[in-house]
Amino acid sequence: MSYYDPKDLRKFGDITEWSEELGNKYFDYYGKVFEEGALTAREKSLIALAVAHTEQCPYCIDAYTKDSLQRGVTKEEMMEAIHVGAAIRSGATLVHGVMMMNKVNKLDG
Amino acid sequence: MTKIKTQSLHKRHSELAQANRQLQILSNGIFVEELPTFADKIKETGHFPLRPGTLEVLQINVGYMCNQVCEHCHVDAGPDRKEIMTWETMELCLEVIRNTGAHTLDLTGGAPEMNPNFRRFVEEASKAGIQDFIVRSNLTIIRANKKYHDLPEFFKKHNVHVVSSMPHWTRGKTDKQRGDGVFDASIEALKMLNKVGYGMPGSDLRLDLVYNPSGAFLPGDQASMEKDFKKALMDDFGIQFHNLFAITNLPISRFLDYLIASDNYEDYMYQLVEAFNPSAVANVMCTNTISVSWDGWLYDCDFNQMLELKVDSKVQHIRDYNEAILNDRNIIISQHCYGCTAGAGSSCQGTVA
Ligand code: SF4
Ligand code: SF4
Repeated sequence: MSYYDPKDLRKFGDITEWSEELGNKYFDYYGKVFEEGALTAREKSLIALAVAHTEQCPYCIDAYTKDSLQRGVTKEEMMEAIHVGAAIRSGATLVHGVMMMNKVNKLDG
Repeated sequence: MTKIKTQSLHKRHSELAQANRQLQILSNGIFVEELPTFADKIKETGHFPLRPGTLEVLQINVGYMCNQVCEHCHVDAGPDRKEIMTWETMELCLEVIRNTGAHTLDLTGGAPEMNPNFRRFVEEASKAGIQDFIVRSNLTIIRANKKYHDLPEFFKKHNVHVVSSMPHWTRGKTDKQRGDGVFDASIEALKMLNKVGYGMPGSDLRLDLVYNPSGAFLPGDQASMEKDFKKALMDDFGIQFHNLFAITNLPISRFLDYLIASDNYEDYMYQLVEAFNPSAVANVMCTNTISVSWDGWLYDCDFNQMLELKVDSKVQHIRDYNEAILNDRNIIISQHCYGCTAGAGSSCQGTVA
């Protein structure tokens, strides 16, 4: 058995069963966040898709790939969004290289 | 040149060419153990049995022949389909068109223009003075052969409202669903329609586009999609149109075949059921439409026509047409109906909720 079962995504709403108030508050918030606002729902979907990848959440990747398709997002746009996520993620790793350099300079400069 | 993708299920002798087989699939499997049937679902919302309201749309399918073989086609249309409405049946339809209370006449196919009596039929039907006279044109037919190049002028002359399919504003996604070269031919056809005045702002020559998803997912918000389509078609090609109708693919015929072959059937049905919108039920297409097949039989909608589910009425054929008797009937439903009630709902005129 695998830890992740695609069918579990359909049961996401069930989390309210063991903590109704918090669950409902979360889903209300979630729904509100993805409404059309200063950003379009389409833009939000692409951000979610990029973050789904940096979080490496299979459920979110599944959900936001489909959501992007529903909003007419093209493959090229989806892949570029993921590259943005990847660039920030690798940048975040690399920028810590400065920390390493500082430390080396201090200890062995 | 457009390139045909495949053959119809009929031509391939696929078991899914049989309406009975499709209905069996839709009534078994997940609908026995996991998901509620459509009847159960609308019992919960107090809409069972589903009944028609006032008749508004007379939709006539003049034949299943088409110059394309789109992947998702619920008609299983294609060049190999020989079911074509005869002039005799058209005359029966004209009689009904002259006397109907419906305000909209909607000609569909296949590619309706391929019926040899199409023009004669349009000329006669347009004299009946119906408020909104729609022809569902797949666009590429206008470019398919010289004899069709004047269709935009012909439509204009008879004040026809043109409704055309366009699954995406990019070539790749359109051609994947509809066949190689379809996108370019459609763009050319749209330019020809614009040129005679179709789709221009303020023009009475209505040109609407139908968007239906190119795969196993539901359509996004109709208004946002319309904005995106308008911007892309204007920026890239200088093309204009009036409205975009977002239509959900119903799980029948070639789309059902695609769902099963790509292992998406269960997920897709879950999506449809989860997106069930009670407020769409009262306005599903069959509540204001009668669908007539190429051979004159009457159905609740074009989908039921393809599933060979004739109206549950004493009057079943155009030759016996009687609006009052027809209106007093129960609509025949099955699990494909979930496609009409998902999200904002779906009909030939777009969302309904
Ligand atoms: S979807 Fe329309 S254009 Fe495509 S094959 Fe069917 S009838 Fe023809
Ligand atoms: S598929 Fe036809 S019968 Fe079923 S809800 Fe839709 S329009 Fe009505």
